[in-house]
Amino acid sequence: MESTTTISPTFDVNTIRELFPVLDREVKNQLLVYLDNAATSQKPQVVIDALSHYYSNYNANIHRGIHTLAEEATAAYEATRNSVKEFINASSSEEIIFTRGTTEGINLVAYTWGRKNIHAGDEIIISTMEHHSNIVPWQILCEEKNAILKVIPINDDGELLMDEYQKLLSPKTKFVSIVHASNALGTINPVKEIIDAAHEVGALVLVDGAQSSVHLDIDVQEMDCDFFAFSGHKVYGPTGTGALYGKKKILEEMPVFMGGGEMIKEVAFTKTTYADLPYKYEAGTPNIADTIALKVALDFMNEIGKKLIRNHENDLLKYATEQMKSVPGLRIIGNAKNKVSLVSFVIKNIHPQDIGVLLDNQGIAVRTGHHCTQPLMERFGIPGTVRASFAMYNTKEEVDRLIRGLHKAIKMLT
Amino acid sequence: MNEYKTIAEREEEIIDDFSLFDSWEEKYEYIIDLGKKLTPLDDQYKKEENIIKGCQSTVWLVSEFKDGKVFYKADSDAVIVKGLVSMLIKVLSGHEPDKILNAKLDFIKDIGMMTHLAQTRSNGLLSMVKQIKNYALAYKSADAV
Repeated sequence: MESTTTISPTFDVNTIRELFPVLDREVKNQLLVYLDNAATSQKPQVVIDALSHYYSNYNANIHRGIHTLAEEATAAYEATRNSVKEFINASSSEEIIFTRGTTEGINLVAYTWGRKNIHAGDEIIISTMEHHSNIVPWQILCEEKNAILKVIPINDDGELLMDEYQKLLSPKTKFVSIVHASNALGTINPVKEIIDAAHEVGALVLVDGAQSSVHLDIDVQEMDCDFFAFSGHKVYGPTGTGALYGKKKILEEMPVFMGGGEMIKEVAFTKTTYADLPYKYEAGTPNIADTIALKVALDFMNEIGKKLIRNHENDLLKYATEQMKSVPGLRIIGNAKNKVSLVSFVIKNIHPQDIGVLLDNQGIAVRTGHHCTQPLMERFGIPGTVRASFAMYNTKEEVDRLIRGLHKAIKMLT
Repeated sequence: MNEYKTIAEREEEIIDDFSLFDSWEEKYEYIIDLGKKLTPLDDQYKKEENIIKGCQSTVWLVSEFKDGKVFYKADSDAVIVKGLVSMLIKVLSGHEPDKILNAKLDFIKDIGMMTHLAQTRSNGLLSMVKQIKNYALAYKSADAV
């Protein structure tokens, strides 16, 4: 199916907004202002159309069918693998394993590589700003193996203390799992430096790219990470999609994750041999339709240009950060020098949830709560924050509505 | 305690109050006001075991069984939630366990606050109702022994 988006070479947010049908809807009798993009981004019409096109024209199970529909579906599905490979600049599409999202990618590594290679007394390093999905899988592994989980602390601006990280590294360190960009603070971590230091002690590194993949240019070869996980639904693609990148040599040596169809070469009751990469990690009928539509989302982003998108989002971040100074009692949580386009904040003597409810009544969607980063909230001594996160289709006018909405909410609550 | 009113009568009072409001602002200002007026729970009750799970904010609920009736007190660190729980207590506190268990609480829908009932994970009104009824059920069972 041809993509029919026509976008001018310069970034025109109004043209872009027209490509996202949901942005026309009203919430509580007002035009929706969607600022919960770090949770999930909205979908452009081309992505929605790709789903319907697949089911209307070539729905079939992939890889083994010899009929035309199966061939078309397989080709489209594998085309997404190639797009993902290019999106993160992997060296081969065999290194791309489709998952349901970042969480599954991290769990896959913890359950396969982790179970085989982590032993009693080994150390795994994460950071204070990890999402629960980059904490819990490692806790489970450490408990099972009597291994030790170590945590890189942060400063008050929400930046990793790199000196402390260096001190945590030792020959006991076997694995480092680190978030590229924090979902709760926006902080962009110096992953290259983290990876190089880990490699020096012989540890492998997984980068959680759930937030970074939509904002930053990802180059896994340049980064030299051993694993990289991201979610399709945060890059304008469908929910239930995602990919795990792993270096080929490591993936080849890892034990399998789930058993079933698709992931086998030959099955006998005495012995089963597994399929080659990447299929060895993809048991069962995958999420075909959504994965096919993920390619359309990635193409869509590439067509507009990640750099142009990033410039626009950074403008919004700067503008919002500046405008928030006018809001009484507002304190931004996360003031790192390098941030992706989201602002997390608290307002003196007001619970984030109260702000969220009153903004929703003004048609403004933000996230409130602990953002699945409870240890991080504890570090700042707060129950949670209000988070406004920006995407390519957000505007300064929407930031203005957020600011007006905040003033109104505060007035009602005090 | 005021004169005895049935659960239905108390629900009707709240519905009447809300019928005066034209805008969402007025409704929420009323709820916020109820939240602010709710007597804060003594610190001794603000312990882990009294926290209602499933709410984004912290909600504490305690109950007492006296003369065959259940009395509730609650608090929260979020004021809108506090206002909502204040209404629940106003309607349900001081009744026999059976009456509390059978209360349908249609007033929540009538005053346009169903969104709070649906969004169980973020607002937890449903968790509050459940916990209030759990206490009633516990007292009913204990009383029957």
